[in-house]
Amino acid sequence: MELIWNGITQALSLLLQGNPQVLEIALLSLELSGLATLVALVFGVPFGALLAFKVFPGRGFTVTLVNTGMGVPPVVVGLFVSIVLWRSGPLGFLELLYTPGAIVLAQFIIAFPVITGLTMAALQQIDPKLLLQLKGLGASRIQLVAVLLWETRLPMLAAIIAGFGAVISEVGAVMMVGGNILGHTRVLTTATVLETRRGNFEVAIALGLILLALTFLITWLLTLFQQRSAAR
Amino acid sequence: MNEFVLELHDVAVTYDSRTVLDVPHLAVSRGEVLTLLGENGSGKTTLLRLLGLLVRPIRGRVVFCGEEVDFGSARRLLELRRRMAGVMQEALLCRMNVRQNVALGLRFRGLPKPEAQQRVDAWLERLSISHLDDRPASNLSGGEAQRTSLARAMVVDPEVLFLDEPFAALDAPTRQSLLQEFKDVLADSGVTAIFATHDRGEALGLGGRVAVLVGGGVVQVGSAEAVFSRPERADVARFVGVETLIPGRITGEAGGLVQVDCGEVQLEVEGDWEAGEEVYVAVRPEEIELHDDADHVVGPGRNVVGGRVAKTVPAETHFRVEIDGAAPVVAVVSRARYRDLALKTGQSVQASFAARAAHLIQRAGD
Amino acid sequence: MPPFGASREEFLIPPLSLQLMACSALLAVPLTLAGCGQARESAEAPEHKAIILATTTSTQDSGLLDELLPLFEEQTGYLVKPIAVGTGEALAMGERGDADVLLAHAPAREKEIVAAGFVINRRIVMHNDFLIVGPEEDPAGIHGSDNGAESVERIAETGTRFTSRGDDSGTHFLEMSLWDAAALDPGGDWYISTGQGMGATLLIAAEMRAYVLTDRATYLALRDRTGLVPHVEGDPLFLNIYSVLEVNPERFPEVNSAGARAFSQFILGREAQEIIRRFGVEQFGQPLFFPDAGKSEESVGAFPRDGPRGLTPAPGRAPDDLTPWS
Repeated sequence: MELIWNGITQALSLLLQGNPQVLEIALLSLELSGLATLVALVFGVPFGALLAFKVFPGRGFTVTLVNTGMGVPPVVVGLFVSIVLWRSGPLGFLELLYTPGAIVLAQFIIAFPVITGLTMAALQQIDPKLLLQLKGLGASRIQLVAVLLWETRLPMLAAIIAGFGAVISEVGAVMMVGGNILGHTRVLTTATVLETRRGNFEVAIALGLILLALTFLITWLLTLFQQRSAAR
Repeated sequence: MNEFVLELHDVAVTYDSRTVLDVPHLAVSRGEVLTLLGENGSGKTTLLRLLGLLVRPIRGRVVFCGEEVDFGSARRLLELRRRMAGVMQEALLCRMNVRQNVALGLRFRGLPKPEAQQRVDAWLERLSISHLDDRPASNLSGGEAQRTSLARAMVVDPEVLFLDEPFAALDAPTRQSLLQEFKDVLADSGVTAIFATHDRGEALGLGGRVAVLVGGGVVQVGSAEAVFSRPERADVARFVGVETLIPGRITGEAGGLVQVDCGEVQLEVEGDWEAGEEVYVAVRPEEIELHDDADHVVGPGRNVVGGRVAKTVPAETHFRVEIDGAAPVVAVVSRARYRDLALKTGQSVQASFAARAAHLIQRAGD
Repeated sequence: MPPFGASREEFLIPPLSLQLMACSALLAVPLTLAGCGQARESAEAPEHKAIILATTTSTQDSGLLDELLPLFEEQTGYLVKPIAVGTGEALAMGERGDADVLLAHAPAREKEIVAAGFVINRRIVMHNDFLIVGPEEDPAGIHGSDNGAESVERIAETGTRFTSRGDDSGTHFLEMSLWDAAALDPGGDWYISTGQGMGATLLIAAEMRAYVLTDRATYLALRDRTGLVPHVEGDPLFLNIYSVLEVNPERFPEVNSAGARAFSQFILGREAQEIIRRFGVEQFGQPLFFPDAGKSEESVGAFPRDGPRGLTPAPGRAPDDLTPWS
């Protein structure tokens, strides 16, 4: 218990002092996970819409893949991504390994099936007659998608929260593809592991608490927006 | 300006390789109110959607204001669709407030906000839902929701309005009042309206033409009066509530009246048919009068069929009486008349109807 | 059911152009970030800036690299990416050509990969030693021994608690070789396998009042917190020699051989060796590492030694200036 209390005071002092390393690590965590979630949205939402509405050969199989992808252990993703990005691997020439770009890539792969699957589920809940009604009011394809996304904004926000939550808390894949290099690829989760390994439990707890606080803050903001929209 | 706003030429629509609609020809005149009347599964919804350019036929031509519709051009389809508007059975409002829902079609068409707001306000007023304008759509009663849906369609000033059983999910009083308001709106705006329903009362109430659909085909088109009083086929007859269908054969014709031999009874019907034809004598229940045996009020040109009361079914304003006799007859009598006659099951009764009130339908060996 | 199937089919496929845009965005981002990562560096820009240094977790945890690397980067303009993994993985990275230079402390296995041609120019950098520490009251009575195998045998006999890293690290392999030498297979309530790093294992040992085999650097770093005291030191097996190895550019053309060479020269150079010599003295009262650049394997830190903690460095050539391979 004393350890945790020390961790809390340590966390506060690190933050209030504006310890540059900690701030840099925290900022990097947010940047990378935010970017990965964003790109996952750019791809996942249209793809989820496609799966929800268009019938094509192999659709069932694709849906199964997506649903399976939601449950794939992130560390397995990290393993495969790092193997591919090794110099000895097929994409080694990109020199992506141990860069922030590799982290975004791995996190994107983790978040993408989550976003796709949840978007698809959200859109499938829509009454198909609503589609027809909207078309009967003169909606173009894009307008249709926009309205449907607004219609499903509650489950969609849940999808964003789920996707972001999955990647900001991830450590195994980030460690493998990022290398935990200070100033480049060290994020809150990997830094916590490092400090734990070194035996600096108080610092580790402090970092962990900062991560919790950040995640809570962002989730809270998104939830506020979600519930406000629900009330409308 | 083209007289016909929509025309169908030899169109068919399939679903899962089953033909659900086959219409050789149908034309909708500008400004008319056309009712598509049919049971569920008769194809009326498909026909409505076809006319709304929401489904694609596998063959045939659809013509909109004289221009043949190219279903391959998404852009052109969208342009044409935007000259129409639809109202569905369930109001299908979005998770927004009423005002935003009503403005939806205008947003799709890119109308600038101030003008859109004006139009929305006008239609909210017209349909008496101004007080609901910032109410979330999920908080509306059935009637309020349908008013919103109607406002949403009318606000875009469509050339054609199509409605798919819009009042079916409402309770009877709401349905009645909305129907009346709707008729007023139609009359004022002069918009062409295509209205699908299975409710005969609505079809009659709207006035206008009625197209009866059975099994994916349009089996009769005409004024409501014509369809209801003079159905051309037995299935249409049953559907429009002509419940007395007495099979027989024409034996002769004289002075505008045709003699029909119906086995146990001989009937005279106004008409112009050839002898030897197999027919049904069709009579609407409202046209039949009931009398006790003792009361032989038989005027000139009245047919009489005797029998016994098999069943009486009470309704709000009348009694429906089924009679077994020389031929099965269904009559409808007012409550007052029912009381006067003191009708009971098993009681012997005489049913009469005028030769003019009956109608002949070809009986093609069925 | 009325067919809206027809209308469903003409529904939305995201415009191809939209997806192409997103595709290029996705590719552009990591490349930019990668470039960013590399561009975030100081003055003179050598042609191929990044050096991937594969090393072990205990080396990183000691904190030595945190002092050496910034200095190297400042002087040369290179950017070092230290990847701290288990010994096995570090050497494997060398075998795959996924690193440019290795800093490891597993001489036997290092020699294997040198012989196999994966790495070149193995040079000894420094050494420290392992020791067995434990609770002050010394329940197994092994204090002062310099024989690791005998000591662990005593621990097993008395059933005193012993924590093991149990994680296939270099430390763990050394521990296993002690058990082998004592012809014992450790197991039972008293044998605690943590599966964790050295620091965590030490803290667990302190909690459980157990013995543990540890490297001196980590022990000293956590000494005040654990309250464990040294009991067994000076066994020749406890010698822990660190070497720097360059990954063979002939075998793996993509490696940054210039960078690897530069790093190797730096860490064997006078300045770095001096930093190594002084590292930790102020904080712990004794050094964590002993610089050995230029020495041969035999002459490195031969025991016994005496000094502030009962052990002194053996005579050998003092760390001198560069290019020991010329």
